[in-house]
Amino acid sequence: MKRNELLSFTASSIYCPSADIHIDPWKPVERAIITHAHSDHAKWGCQHYLAHKDSEPILRMRLGSDISLQTLEYGESFTINGVNFSLHPAGHIIGSSQVRVEQQGEIWVASGDYKLQDDLFCPPFEAIKCHTFITESTFGLPIYKWKPQQEIIDEIKVWALQNKLQGKNSILMGYALGKMQRLIKNLQPFDQPVFAHGAIYNVNEQLRTAGFDLPYIPPVNNASKSDFQGALIFATGSVLNTPWLKRFEPYSTGYCSGWMAIRGAKNRKSIDRGFVLSDHADWDELNTAIDATGAEKVYVTHGYTDTFSRWLNERGVESAEVKTMYGEEEEAATETTES
Amino acid sequence: MKRFTNLFLELDRTTKTNDKVALLKAYFLSAPDEDKIWALALFTGRRPPRKIKTTQVQEWAIEQANIPMWLFRESYGSVGDLAETISLILPVNTSTSEKTLSEWFAYFTQLNKATDEEKKQLILEAWKQLSTYETFVFNKLLMGSFRIGVSQTLVVRAIGEVSDMTSAVVAHRVMGQWDPYHSSYKELIYGENTGDTTSKPYPFYLAYGLEGGLESLGQPEDWFAEWKWDGIRSQVIVRNNELYIWSRGEELVTEKFPELESLRTQLPSGTVLDGEIVCFENDRPLPFNILQTRIGRKNITKKILTEAPVAFIGYDVMEYEGQDVRQKPQEERRKILEDLFEQTEIKGAFKISPLLTFDGWDELRNLHLQSREQAAEGFMIKRKQAQYLTGRKKGDWWKWKVDPLSIDAVLVYAQKGSGRRAELYTDYTFAVWEKDKLIPFAKAYSGLTDAEIREVDRYIKQNTIEKFGPVRTVKPQLVFEIGFEGINESSRHKSGIAVRFPRILNWRKDKKLEEADTLDNLKSILKAYK
Ligand SMILES: [Zn+2]
Ligand SMILES: [Zn+2]
Repeated sequence: MKRNELLSFTASSIYCPSADIHIDPWKPVERAIITHAHSDHAKWGCQHYLAHKDSEPILRMRLGSDISLQTLEYGESFTINGVNFSLHPAGHIIGSSQVRVEQQGEIWVASGDYKLQDDLFCPPFEAIKCHTFITESTFGLPIYKWKPQQEIIDEIKVWALQNKLQGKNSILMGYALGKMQRLIKNLQPFDQPVFAHGAIYNVNEQLRTAGFDLPYIPPVNNASKSDFQGALIFATGSVLNTPWLKRFEPYSTGYCSGWMAIRGAKNRKSIDRGFVLSDHADWDELNTAIDATGAEKVYVTHGYTDTFSRWLNERGVESAEVKTMYGEEEEAATETTES
Repeated sequence: MKRFTNLFLELDRTTKTNDKVALLKAYFLSAPDEDKIWALALFTGRRPPRKIKTTQVQEWAIEQANIPMWLFRESYGSVGDLAETISLILPVNTSTSEKTLSEWFAYFTQLNKATDEEKKQLILEAWKQLSTYETFVFNKLLMGSFRIGVSQTLVVRAIGEVSDMTSAVVAHRVMGQWDPYHSSYKELIYGENTGDTTSKPYPFYLAYGLEGGLESLGQPEDWFAEWKWDGIRSQVIVRNNELYIWSRGEELVTEKFPELESLRTQLPSGTVLDGEIVCFENDRPLPFNILQTRIGRKNITKKILTEAPVAFIGYDVMEYEGQDVRQKPQEERRKILEDLFEQTEIKGAFKISPLLTFDGWDELRNLHLQSREQAAEGFMIKRKQAQYLTGRKKGDWWKWKVDPLSIDAVLVYAQKGSGRRAELYTDYTFAVWEKDKLIPFAKAYSGLTDAEIREVDRYIKQNTIEKFGPVRTVKPQLVFEIGFEGINESSRHKSGIAVRFPRILNWRKDKKLEEADTLDNLKSILKAYK
C-alpha cells in the first residue's frame, strides 16, 4: 500500500497534491512557489506566484510587473488544506529560499539551489530538519572544493590591478543575477573605474531601487571608449567572442564559475582567467547540508544526479534521482534574453 | 616548485606567443640555475623515466580522498586528466613546502630503489606539502605525460633573449644527448664544446606551407624543386667513425635502422646530412604507414627488414669535412651533397633526392599532380641562394603539399545516432569562422573513440542552446580536426564549399574556440586543390 507523497515529481514541477501548489514549475500552472529568480527555476506564465520578498524586484522585472505575486519573510508560514508552508534562506542568491512543507508532522524541504559559504550579500543557508530533502547536485563530484571567498576575491583584485598596470581593461564575467552582485559587493572598494553590461546594470538597479546596499555601477553604453582605461567591466558570459568586446581593447577576460575548477573547462571557453567562484554548494557542502537536515530520504533534482544519489545510497542515505528541467543553467537563458 | 607551478599555470592561461616568451624570460632570469636545467629538460622532452605505476598512485589518492573507485572514475571522466583529477580529490592542505623543482627531482630519485610501501609514504608525504596546483604539476612530473603548450622554439627564443645569444646558437646547444642530472645549465647554454659534441645534431630548418601561388616566388630559375618525401625527417651524423641518426623529434634512432649502418663507413667522418628515412620496395617508396609499423617496434626482425627496408634520402648537408656549411648557399651545399653521393657505393640504403627539372611554373604545377604516384606529399621548393636556417622560417624554403585536406572546425549542431548509439549524440555538424560568425560546412559521424563520444554527448546535453526537431544547436566550444578527401565549390552550401568524405581526425582539446580555422582557410585549400 503506497501512501500519498507530500510532494511528488510531475511532468511540470515539484507538486504538492494536498495543497495543489507547484514548486518551481517549468510549465505554466495556477499556483507556484518560486525558490529563486534564476530563469531555470522561475518560469513565465503562472497565474499566481509566491516567493521570498527579496525575490520580488527581479521576478517582476523578468516575468512582468503585473504578475500576481505574494511575498513572505523567512520563517513566515501559511497553511492550505492542512499543509503548512514556510521559506528559509538557501544562501544561493538574493531571495533564494528553501521551501519547507509540513503535513501532520511529516516534513519535506525543497531546497532549489543553495550554497553554505556566506557570500556576505544574501542571507546564509540555514539547515532545516526534515524527513525528505530535495537537493541539487550541480557540483556533486569530489573534485569540486571551493576555496574561501576572500581568496578568490583577492585573486580577482590582483588580476584586475595587473591588467590596469599593463594598460588593459578587465572583463569580469559571470551570471547577471547573483554572481555579479556578490562580486560587486565584495570587490569594494574598487581599485579602478567600473562599468556594467546592460543586463547586469538592469539587475543592479532593480535591487538598488528596492533598497539593497549596492554601489552604483554605470552602464557601458553611456560611457565612451576613452573611459575604458584600466577599467573593470562586469559582463555576462554571452559577450565572449562577440564584437561587444571590441570597444575595450586591449583587455583581459576573466570568468567566475565553479566550472573553472577544471583546466579543460576554462580552456574550452577561450578566456584568459578562470576564477573558481560558485553560488552552488561544493562536494563537502552538499554532504554537510544533507547530514544537517537529518533526512531519511533525499531526492536529487539536477546536476550529477545519478552519481550523487548513488553516493548517498552507498553512504546509507536512501536517495533517488528525479527528472526536472532545472540546471539548464541560468547562463544560457538570462544571457539570450537580456544581453 | 611554486615558481615553476606558476610558470606552468600562466603558460596554460595564455595563447599569445609574446606573452609566453615574456613568461619564459622572467622564469629563466629569476630561477636558480639548478632549476633552470630541469625546466629546460621538461620543455625539451627530457623528463627522466620514472619507476612508478600510475595505477598505484591512483590507488593511494583514492584512499586519501576516501571515496569509492567508481566515484573516482566518474570524476576522472569529468576532468579528463589523471594528474589533475588526483590533485582535485585529495584533501586540502594547510602546510606548504619550499622545495624547489630540482629538489623535488632529487626527491624522486629516492623512488628508484624504494619498496612499494616506501614509495607510497614518499608520495603521500609530498602531497601533504603541496597546494592543489602544485600537486597537479607534481603528479605530472611523477607520472609523465608532461606537456606544456610551449614549443621548443619559444623556449630557445626566450633563453636567447635573456642570455644575449642568437636563437640558432641556443637551439644547437640544447640539442643532442644531455640529461638534467648530469649537465649544468651554465655548461649547456654558455659552455662551448662541453658534453658530448660528437653526437650533437644541428637544429632542423623547417619550411612553411606555400602561401601565395608559385608566381609569388618570383623567377623559376632561382628555385630548386624536389619531391616532399613522406617519411621520418632525419639527420645523419658521421663523426669519429661513429654513426648517429637523429629524428626531428630529437630522438636518437640509430638502432632502429640497421640498414643504414653502412653509412658509418661509407660517408667520410665529419659529415652531417639532412634527409628523410623512407621505406622502399623495389626502388619505389612505400607509404608512411608501412614505416609506421616499424617505428613502434623494439626489435627489428628479419621479417621486417625484408618487408619494409628503409633508405635514407639525402637532400641537404650541414657539415662537411668537419666544417659547419650551413651558411653556404643551397646551390653549393647541393653540389657537396652530390659529390658525397658519388663517392659512396651503397646506392640502396643511401639515395639522393632528385631535383626536378622544370621550365616555368606551369610545368612545375603539372608535375605536382604526379605527387601521389611518386608516393610524395608534394614539393619542397628551395631558393638556390638559401642558407640552412634554424627552425621554422619563411622565405627560402616552402613546402607545397598535395593534400592539405584537413581543417580545425567547431561543433555547432548535433543529432542522435542510430542503432547501437541511438541514445547518444553522434552525428555532428562542424563550422568554420567567417569574421564573428560560424559557418557550417560539413557533417561527420565517425572518428572518435567511445569514451570521447560519451564525453561529447555529455557536453551536448549540457550545452544545448536550442532544439529544433531532432537537431540540437550546441554552444560552440569544442574544436575538432576534420579530414576530407576532396573539396569543391558548391552553391547549395552556405559555406559555398562542399567537402567529400569528411571524418573526424582528432578532438583538438588544446585548441580554443577562436583558434579554429576560417572560411578563408577552407577557400585557400580549395584554391590549392584545384
Ligand atoms: Zn540558481
Ligand atoms: Zn538550479
